[in-house]
Amino acid sequence: MHKKACVAMLLAGGQGSRLGILTQKLAKPAVPFGGKYRIIDFPLSNCNNSGIDTVGVLTQYKPLALNSYIGIGSAWDLDRMNGGVFVLPPYVKEQGGEWYKGTADAICQNSNFIDRFNPETVLILSGDHIYKMDYSLMLEFHQKQQADATIAVIEVPFDEASRFGIMNTDKEQRIIDFEEKPAEPKSNLASMGIYIFSWPVLKKYLFEDELNQSSTHDFGHDIIPKMLADKRNLRAYSFRGYWKDVGTVESYWQANMDLLGERPELNLYDSKWRIYSSNSPRPPHYTSTTAKITNSIIAEGCLILGEVENSILFPDVYVGPGAKVKNSIIMSGAHIEDHVVTDKAIIGRKTVLKQGTVIAAKKLDGQQKIVVLDIDMIIPPHTTIEASLSCSPPEDALCKREE
Amino acid sequence: MIDLMGIINLNEAEEHLGELSRSRSLASIPFAGRYRLIDFVLSNMVNSEISNVGIFIQHKYRSLVDHLRSGKDWDLARKRDGLFVLPPAYTRTPMQVHRGDVDNLYSNLDYLYQSRQKYVIIAGANIVSNMDYRGILEYHKNTQADITVLYTKANCGTHDCVRSNILGLGPEGRVLTISEFKDTGGYQNMSIDMFIMKKDLLIELVNQCIARGDYDFVKHCIIKNVKRLKVYGYHHPGYVARISSLQSYFQHSMELLNPHIWKELFFKSGLIYTKVKDEAPAKYMHETEVTNSLIASGCYVEGKVENSILFRGVKVHKGAYIKNSVIMQKGNIGPGVILENVICDKDVHITSNKQLKGEYSYPLVIKKGRVI
Repeated sequence: MHKKACVAMLLAGGQGSRLGILTQKLAKPAVPFGGKYRIIDFPLSNCNNSGIDTVGVLTQYKPLALNSYIGIGSAWDLDRMNGGVFVLPPYVKEQGGEWYKGTADAICQNSNFIDRFNPETVLILSGDHIYKMDYSLMLEFHQKQQADATIAVIEVPFDEASRFGIMNTDKEQRIIDFEEKPAEPKSNLASMGIYIFSWPVLKKYLFEDELNQSSTHDFGHDIIPKMLADKRNLRAYSFRGYWKDVGTVESYWQANMDLLGERPELNLYDSKWRIYSSNSPRPPHYTSTTAKITNSIIAEGCLILGEVENSILFPDVYVGPGAKVKNSIIMSGAHIEDHVVTDKAIIGRKTVLKQGTVIAAKKLDGQQKIVVLDIDMIIPPHTTIEASLSCSPPEDALCKREE
Repeated sequence: MIDLMGIINLNEAEEHLGELSRSRSLASIPFAGRYRLIDFVLSNMVNSEISNVGIFIQHKYRSLVDHLRSGKDWDLARKRDGLFVLPPAYTRTPMQVHRGDVDNLYSNLDYLYQSRQKYVIIAGANIVSNMDYRGILEYHKNTQADITVLYTKANCGTHDCVRSNILGLGPEGRVLTISEFKDTGGYQNMSIDMFIMKKDLLIELVNQCIARGDYDFVKHCIIKNVKRLKVYGYHHPGYVARISSLQSYFQHSMELLNPHIWKELFFKSGLIYTKVKDEAPAKYMHETEVTNSLIASGCYVEGKVENSILFRGVKVHKGAYIKNSVIMQKGNIGPGVILENVICDKDVHITSNKQLKGEYSYPLVIKKGRVI
């Protein structure tokens, strides 16, 4: 194997339980986003665009959709002779196998994979965020500072800072203090969950941590504090730009809506920094004479006869005449029959809404909750649904039946 | 595995497409918002389980080769079989005039010998349709025909049949005559110039033509042999668009705005593949008005679009009004522009407040890369 300057390790094993129905049947990085993408497209495209061609993807929770989506990585140009994308699930060893106990443990269990490429640095990424970032600039910074570890940070509003891991730095971006979700934050520099480590240093800490029975084997909880205690050279790399954690249904919905309107912070139309994805061969979408579409994103293969407003439609969605889709996210292949109304809803893949159905939560004090419908559901005509619903085949009447 | 190989023989007269075929062959003319004409026949072959496709190219093939590359987008980048792009051979005699497509087939006979399939389907790139060749091969075997010719019932009163071949059919679909279309309207059995035969027969026909000094495949290899060989017609009942002139290009583009045709052409017996571009989905703004139109990915629409086709990455600015038009890839339509019956080739930029109008029967074509 050729020596690589940097190997990326993408942590994609988390369940993302706060996404509820959206992650009931697939891992969080595989959750669809923005009318075409899946969340994992963002870090993988960033890798490609930053010139990083070796990526290990650590999977654990419900990996089927994710594994088949990644394939050999050709969608991101990561099907390479030297390097490329590697899916790394937990595996059985001589002394028995184990699940990944934490983020650090997941990397530690795959240290033999990283060693194959003998890299100077390892880039740790997560599959939870929507952003565009040039990792090569961060790598340059890391090398210039001769850091043992570099943590990407972003400024967040002070009143939200207690939701994040907060860094306190000196003038030279040296990290002097790190607090996980502090009650009284001393700064507003939040960790983005993106780390670059010098591999020999990280390896030493990982193996030490592995022997520590009381450790949770987590980068934020264990590895970083230990390195700080040892007075290692830890630097904060400031990132400016759009970065959104899509850990909850609300933030997921908001991140999708952020794409709409004039000049969104995250520009998906920049040909210099494309977000790559697996492209399904679909024709351009058809907008009929009765259709009315405003402030929306519409993917290929859609057939629109009704009204669509402030919404995101994935490929192959049908919107019947007289239907009104508003403030909603409609996943691929969903079938919305005539005179259906959806407002602030997320409709799962291939779900059928029969005619006259209304999907919207009641407004309480001007607040409206998001209604999420599972994949492959069939909602009978003229039903009103005000809360999220999932379906568990085969006995569930709201599940589509095999024909 | 189907025992059929595909040959796409690019020999169509393209001069009638005017500006659209100036820098490209007919096969690589953009069509239907994101495709090139060759995508239809190539995808039909792939969807019919054909895994060995030879494309016999003639000239102006830079854009075609750029489009096809390894054939991966059609799942034809294979270790065994796959996509073969076969250019004409250069002969040692200088200034020798290239006479016709049989020359090209003849100089690539090795490819035919080396292919392991027994049957071959020969097609051009000017037919836009969604068809499954597997059933047609069965029909060919059942009739024990030497050659099966595919045809459509074309309405020559409303559509362009000029320079097409019309079949004279006998009982049970036997082809008695093939003759060039004469100016008579109404429904005609129009050949779509796709032929199924045994590979050995094709080699024999090519050798025979060369020996006689003939060079036009359809005229000399097929039509001359109609009496001698057992030739059958196969009627394809579905939608067929024959792109042979600028008028037919425009007319068939507009027909795609019928959702029944849209559904049939893109979904019926398989999907149509093309080179992948990784564009984001199309974006509509607050004041966007789009009706009866096809919008491809990567489009950014602020203005009004009616009865039109927007290819990938087209920008329509505020106050622009596009009617009955086709805007190809990366077109940039400035604020306040009005377009009617216009075909903009790739990378055209129309600056603000310009008004351009063609006629439905004679659309105005804006050259590739032009700034107006």
